[in-house]
Amino acid sequence: MPDITRDEVAHLARLARLALDDAELDRLAGELEVILGAVAQIAEVTDAADVPPTTHAVPLENVTRPDVIVPSLPRDTVLAAAPAAEDGRFRVPQILTDES
Amino acid sequence: MTDLTRLTAVETREAITSGQASAVEVAQAHLDRIAAVDDRVHAFLHVDAEGALAQAKRVDAGEVTGPLAGVPLALKDVMTMAGVPTTCGSRILEGWRPPYDATVTARLKAAGVVILGKTNMDEFAMGSSTEHSAYGPTHNPWDLDRIPGGSGGGSSAALASYQAPLAIGTDTGGSIRQPASVTGTVGVKPTYGAVSRYGLVAFSSSLDQAGPCARTVLDAALLHEVIAGHDPCDSTSIPAPVPPVVEAARNASVEGLRVGVVKELQGDGYEPGVTARFEEAVALLQSQGAIVSEVSCPHFGYALPAYYLIAPSEASSNLARFDGVRYGLRVGDDGDRSLEEVMALTRARGFGAEVKRRIILGTYALSSGYYDAYYGQAQKVRTLISRDFQAAWSRVDVLVAPTCPTVAFPLGAKLEDPLAMYKQDICSIPANLYGGPAASFPAGLSEGLPVGFQVMAPTLRDDLLYRVGGALEKVLPPAIPPLSWES
Repeated sequence: MPDITRDEVAHLARLARLALDDAELDRLAGELEVILGAVAQIAEVTDAADVPPTTHAVPLENVTRPDVIVPSLPRDTVLAAAPAAEDGRFRVPQILTDES
Repeated sequence: MTDLTRLTAVETREAITSGQASAVEVAQAHLDRIAAVDDRVHAFLHVDAEGALAQAKRVDAGEVTGPLAGVPLALKDVMTMAGVPTTCGSRILEGWRPPYDATVTARLKAAGVVILGKTNMDEFAMGSSTEHSAYGPTHNPWDLDRIPGGSGGGSSAALASYQAPLAIGTDTGGSIRQPASVTGTVGVKPTYGAVSRYGLVAFSSSLDQAGPCARTVLDAALLHEVIAGHDPCDSTSIPAPVPPVVEAARNASVEGLRVGVVKELQGDGYEPGVTARFEEAVALLQSQGAIVSEVSCPHFGYALPAYYLIAPSEASSNLARFDGVRYGLRVGDDGDRSLEEVMALTRARGFGAEVKRRIILGTYALSSGYYDAYYGQAQKVRTLISRDFQAAWSRVDVLVAPTCPTVAFPLGAKLEDPLAMYKQDICSIPANLYGGPAASFPAGLSEGLPVGFQVMAPTLRDDLLYRVGGALEKVLPPAIPPLSWES
């Protein structure tokens, strides 16, 4: 059974861009251990060794459409749904700091 | 005058075409019904009275005709509808009004269907009870203290409380079928790719499939025909004709149909009442000429662990789009914090506990060092489950099993135990992993609560589901909820 530490959950939370608090990290460490313990039983399926993994539930090949321009959503309509917009663009918090 | 909310979709359309009722009267009757009971059921997150009445007027003006023109419908809140709030049961999308219609929504509108509003669901369709909605749970009309199933509990509860004769659900691991099972309604997950995913907010893209929910088999088939069909906006949409589902529902004969009972989906862990109703339904099919045998699908026992690796992995990737930049919530943007900090704060505030759990689980399963053992192995097991189905089709035409091992459980009973909640999907997941169609039909009651009968069929043979469902419906007494809480 995988042993999941709170530090590991904190690392996963950083990767997933989730600012979890201490209580959440503690709870998730316990829950993840239980869930992973249950799903780890797929390792028992030994006849899977030489089986190709599924990539599509219903395989389709070469789906294409005619290369023609069709209307897209008006810019104002899209920006109206954004948390912040400026000069016809999405406004985002700073990406670069003074040091970089 | 007849109560317009008690009619089936077919009867509703007849009432409109014969002049017994106008589409506006039908829509208003349902809006009144919602106003009268939904404070107790909580099936709807948003009611679009204005849009519904405007659409009904178009039908009354003869601008749109067809078998479902003027028939009201409840739309799961995971499907976009231009200008109408779409939350997916999440705070992160609170107040978002999508700028476009999902293909399903557009098809419904074009068919004259009257969309009453958006129904409650587990956040981003992750759950089996609708208790993971950020906006509070939905209550099962059969017993308000019990769950209506999930994730599409709002849609199933709307049907069972006569707030709508039709509903749309989406099914990633059972979110159409399990709610249908526990509310005594019909729920169909079509073949993967049969109904467009364009505008369906993605949870697990290789599994997500929208489908029809109704109180009768024929109503579900008519809705199936409206929403299915190839869509160039979805690259996984199948370019094939829609199977003859309406014809199959009308002439529901199982004479000579080979029906396989799945050996691995019965026994320990199945409530005795569920097993009893299931076996009676099988006997009823046999008495109508079906040829019944038992079929072993040896890898079905690994469907649950495979699913709970594949679906969270895809979810952790899909939900990366909620970054507080283009739509939805943004938290902590004080001018000093970086983009990354704002993103992490936004997601921590906007997502609920179950969504966070699955994002972390998926992130783990996809991380370097664990990928082969978890996600890679799960995708191989998925292939083996599909091969179990393929092997079965050499012997039988359809597979049958209970939809769910239990009847509706009390609200709160499994909320603190994620694994127990996940096990609700044990019978429904194999069909999602395989991609073939599957449905739940009412099979009677156990201690006063509905039991669901599941039918699974080969890819693109959705019509077979309706043949079996229709045959059962002919001989079983209808599941009528007592609604004793109303009086």
